[in-house]
Amino acid sequence: MSESHLLPPVSGETEPFWEGARRGELRVQRCRDTGRLIFPPRARSPWGRHRPPDWTAVSGRGRIWSFAVPHPPLLPPFSDLAPYNVVIVALEEDETIRLIGNLVARENGAINEVPPDSIEIGAAVRVVFESTRDEIALPRWMLAESLP
Amino acid sequence: MKDAAAIVGIGETPFAKKLDSSEKTLAVRAILAALDDAGIDPSEVDGLSSYTMETTDEVEIAKNIGAGDITFFSQVGYGGGAGPAAVGHLAMAVATGQCRVGVAWRARKRGSGGRPWASDVGQPSAAAQWTRPFGLIRPVDEIAMLTRRYMQEFGATREHLCNVAVAIRAMANRNPNALMYERTLSREEYMSSRWISEPLCLFDNCLETDGALACVVVSAERARDCPHPPAMIHAFAQGLPQQHHTMVNYWCDDPLRGPSWACAARLYERSDIGPGDIRVAQIYDAFTPLVPLSLEGYGFCGRGEGAAFTEGGALELGGRLPINTSGGGLSEAYVHGFNLINEGVRQIRGSSVNPVPDADACLVTAGEGVPTSAMILRR
Repeated sequence: MSESHLLPPVSGETEPFWEGARRGELRVQRCRDTGRLIFPPRARSPWGRHRPPDWTAVSGRGRIWSFAVPHPPLLPPFSDLAPYNVVIVALEEDETIRLIGNLVARENGAINEVPPDSIEIGAAVRVVFESTRDEIALPRWMLAESLP
Repeated sequence: MKDAAAIVGIGETPFAKKLDSSEKTLAVRAILAALDDAGIDPSEVDGLSSYTMETTDEVEIAKNIGAGDITFFSQVGYGGGAGPAAVGHLAMAVATGQCRVGVAWRARKRGSGGRPWASDVGQPSAAAQWTRPFGLIRPVDEIAMLTRRYMQEFGATREHLCNVAVAIRAMANRNPNALMYERTLSREEYMSSRWISEPLCLFDNCLETDGALACVVVSAERARDCPHPPAMIHAFAQGLPQQHHTMVNYWCDDPLRGPSWACAARLYERSDIGPGDIRVAQIYDAFTPLVPLSLEGYGFCGRGEGAAFTEGGALELGGRLPINTSGGGLSEAYVHGFNLINEGVRQIRGSSVNPVPDADACLVTAGEGVPTSAMILRR
């Protein structure tokens, strides 16, 4: 089975997110009428009335809201990495904007390097970007205390 | 539509990890058994209702069972969220005269037919690109996220999830039709079982089952002529709350306040029976944590109190609220929750293998975590 179905599409209405990621910038949509952040991206703001949302860069800082540690049976490439962590990070700017990602011990580190028992809800984290394919950079997260 | 329609027939195939028959054959067999139970000839069927995930369409069902002219047909989406809605749509159709004899069904070979999460066929949901690239692949991973947060916020523990698994297994151990009829589950076995997605272990997951079930819905008036006591459809509701994402409900203000809450508000608004009047319930249990979340949503306790509610044998026979009395999805069969509907009917009839005394009303719910539905059956 191809693993490509596990990678995000690089075009369409979510393209600015992945374009930002390639440039090392975390972007989310913002309602142009209310200023409220929007995630996941969509064609219209649920709070605005008139103008389509635009995109804005955010700090890339947040806190772990929850996490899971998947074990087999899984799909490649994840079956070879299990057990690994998946975290949800609530952004500093708006705690209802929650991004899925993985906690890594170092930039370009593997998603199974951080001991699961050491992960704590509420821990402060910061985004780093990992280039996995030519056109895609995936946001990962590191503990803020481990970054300069 | 309060008490305007009733379930008068139920039918099902055997349940197994693998059945040789096709899903279509299983569907037809369950439907004919339900009509036989209702004492109604297939030629009288003029309404059909099922799940969008059902592989056999209405045309195939109608021609195979020998139905009459079908004048109402409906499908409900979101897999495990659909069960009570499929029945509720028939109740509305009967109440408004769109049909007179309605059949709802679900046939599925989830045991031998493969795992949907492992397929790369078809359009991934709009949310999948934000979860799957990071290894959040399976339904169990998606619910593990909510579970961990629930534990942190409200002090729930694996002991509480174990309460759910053990209570429901004990129900199955008295049901000869249950896949787990002969397999007991101790707390020690639960605690030492392998992880699937921490904090969820093997026994927090439903079974993988081949099988089919069906039920027959007619008017209250017609129900009086049927051989079994009718299970009146007292109230029914669906729920798709604001800013919801199915299974990955992480992007609303309060992800632990799931679709059950919206569904329950409308359900009880239309009902003379409240949570305080309900002595038995069939709660959708694809994963154990869905039970405490649903208990909160349907008002059996306050928010964050669902885990503590499971203590002291509350969910067991003789407890405060026995649930899933045929063994549920965790221990009888996982057929997108349709077995919960048929067991709800058996409680009202008094024919359950685990009869709850004075069970004159039974709540039946669909999946928490997806656009959902629920109904209250009564004598």
